[in-house]
Amino acid sequence: MLHTINKSPFEKDSLKTCLRYAEKGSSVLFIEDAVYACTKGTNFEKQITENQENISFYVLGPDLEARGLDNSNLTNNIEIIDYKGFVKLVAENEKTQNWL
Amino acid sequence: MKFGVLINEGPYQHQASDTAYKFIEAAIEEGHEIFRVFFYHDGVNNGTRLATPPQDDRHIPNRWTELAEKHEIDLVLCVAAAQRRGMVDEDEMKRNSKDANNIAGKFRISGLGQLIEAGIQADRMITFGD
Repeated sequence: MLHTINKSPFEKDSLKTCLRYAEKGSSVLFIEDAVYACTKGTNFEKQITENQENISFYVLGPDLEARGLDNSNLTNNIEIIDYKGFVKLVAENEKTQNWL
Repeated sequence: MKFGVLINEGPYQHQASDTAYKFIEAAIEEGHEIFRVFFYHDGVNNGTRLATPPQDDRHIPNRWTELAEKHEIDLVLCVAAAQRRGMVDEDEMKRNSKDANNIAGKFRISGLGQLIEAGIQADRMITFGD
């Protein structure tokens, strides 16, 4: 199952909620303001690294760039994808849960 | 693969309408089919034909219409959400005795059943919103 999160974790706690429900083998994609969840050195870095054994994390590259962020700001092992990668993730997963 | 898309946010609000547009564009490029785009809540404001954004900004309602014309995409506004927000087509104008209508060409107004049908007919359903 694919989960998408679109709000900053500094604004909403959808990342926390999502991680509580996401099962082993699922994927989480950060889009829009949620890309801030991927920045190194924040409280959210641990929430992500703690779950990386069971969940694959992705971030939408164009939304990172739009906010002046790149690979050097990111928590380790988060894959940067483009819109085609986003489409591929949706196609690969039978269901998508969009945490709004 | 067939995709159904639900948009719950208006244009120029945050980013949902833009993300949805770019997602749909990429899906078409990858050879997928868009079964329907359903606009709900403030999302119905994407369907106005009276918007005049600054010339150096993207024209979100026109962009939807152009995409729909090019790829024959079904753009549906929820009737209850549209009525609340003054989004009116010619039929609704007559039915509710209004003096004008404001729906852009490729959009149509219909009911929630269209969303349910998209959920049944499409292989994947994805939501963009607040």
